[in-house]
Amino acid sequence: MYSIVVENLIKKYNHFVAVDNISFKVKRGEIFGFLGANGAGKTTTIKMLCGLLQPTSGNATVAGYDLKKDYKSIKKNIGYMSQRFSLYEDLTLYENMQLFGTVYGIPRKILKERIYESLDSLQMTEKANSLVYSIPLGWKQKLAFATAMLHHPQIVFLDEPTSGVDPIVRREFWNMLYETANKGVTIFVTTHYMDEAEYCEKISMMSDGQLKLIGTPSELKSKMNVDSIAELFQKIVNR
Amino acid sequence: MKAIEIENLNKIYNNRVQALSDVSFYVSEGEVFGLVGPDGGGKSTIFNILATLLLPTSGQASVLSRDVVNDAKIIRQLIGYLPGVFSLYPDLTVEENLIFFATMYKSRIKDNLPLIRPIWKQLVPFKDRRAGKLSGGMKQKLALCCALIHKPALLLLDEPTTGVDPVSRAEFWDILTNIQKQGITVLVSTPYMDEATRCDRIALIQEGKIIKIDTPTNIMEAYRGFLYTIKVENVFSVMEKLKEIDFPCNYYPYGQELHIAFYEVPEIVLQKFCSFLREQNIKFEELSPIQPTIEDCFIELVKLK
Repeated sequence: MYSIVVENLIKKYNHFVAVDNISFKVKRGEIFGFLGANGAGKTTTIKMLCGLLQPTSGNATVAGYDLKKDYKSIKKNIGYMSQRFSLYEDLTLYENMQLFGTVYGIPRKILKERIYESLDSLQMTEKANSLVYSIPLGWKQKLAFATAMLHHPQIVFLDEPTSGVDPIVRREFWNMLYETANKGVTIFVTTHYMDEAEYCEKISMMSDGQLKLIGTPSELKSKMNVDSIAELFQKIVNR
Repeated sequence: MKAIEIENLNKIYNNRVQALSDVSFYVSEGEVFGLVGPDGGGKSTIFNILATLLLPTSGQASVLSRDVVNDAKIIRQLIGYLPGVFSLYPDLTVEENLIFFATMYKSRIKDNLPLIRPIWKQLVPFKDRRAGKLSGGMKQKLALCCALIHKPALLLLDEPTTGVDPVSRAEFWDILTNIQKQGITVLVSTPYMDEATRCDRIALIQEGKIIKIDTPTNIMEAYRGFLYTIKVENVFSVMEKLKEIDFPCNYYPYGQELHIAFYEVPEIVLQKFCSFLREQNIKFEELSPIQPTIEDCFIELVKLK
């Protein structure tokens, strides 16, 4: 059972090929690390998979919906968390969750329950009525993730969720991802921390718009004869 | 000579958010000094005060022997500053941005081209592209060129590598080493702990407080625990089982490994630990002692605080 199936996806901007004929599959409940250098085409790919950008050619299904015909249904069935600014600093924790939950059409009564459930498991219930700007960055990122999960999406896309987060909270965040994946949610994540790449069940590496490698971290390391994903990254990007 | 001196610096925003609490440190001339710690820890506040863009609530700070409050205008001419947020003109081309900054500082590009040449070379193919259309790593390289084009005595770099891929990050640090050789003092901040070892000295900073200042080597040598590593199949499921452990140790995932710090004679605890793993049916390869990294040190300092 696959959550994402990508076939010969191409995106061109005039003469520039941002995404160059990529194909891959992501299993349901998998933590999929989407790695690559700056400017390799990661963000363009994510935008297409989230239904925000139409491909030049090729196609994909996300959560069972066709990217070209059904991109509106895709948006309803995925969660998305960007690197920063995903929450409103001058709204409270509760108000932020209420806003995003309402946008996703969660009925008011159910939403209230889910928000408190979610704040409870984050141990942030006491802060429900504090403004978001007053909490530490690590908390914000955990909150942003919980907010992206309120409508119980089948897949969640995370774009550098731990950038700048302290080493302890970074690990707590990955523990959250691991628990979420165990419940059957597909996690599609980008990161520039190579130790985090090791936590993924599967990773792919993009360079110059192309998908150069895909596999489990241990598969790829032995195939490429390296000790760590950091070394692997260097090998692929310098090519 | 000291390029930067900071004493008991405090900054409180809006009478309620304490961004800096009694921060003191100095940077010697010619040094690469790193402010290392997570975002929201007060790093950018320090930069803004040193760049004379923000007034401290209390305390003293001087840059190149000039006071940040009284001599702000002089300081601005002497420093190069790369802010934490992208601050070039997105609608100007790469080349236009560089010309603009050179002109603002009354210097000419050709005079200081040798200083920036290794970085500029990589930007030349994109010189007619608008700065807003560059990738993250390229934007940072351009920003560095613009901060350097008037050959400042002191370079302030606020998170130049955040969001930059690991290969470009390594390149960026090679460039900094070269800049240091030209006699320029560098104050640089980063949330990436692995970059700390590229600095002469570092201050570990969290929640507006400095928790340690020293050379990276000294910080690593001062590590109090006995640090071990094991390879396990799934770090997070093992983490879950380790919650049952009944003697003091500190464990956390570290890439494909699990790091464990013991605070008693390791020989005895080590055996206990291994038998615990066996009882729990956790498959593992041998435990081996390792030297702590700066990240291990940061975790220890924060957890044992």
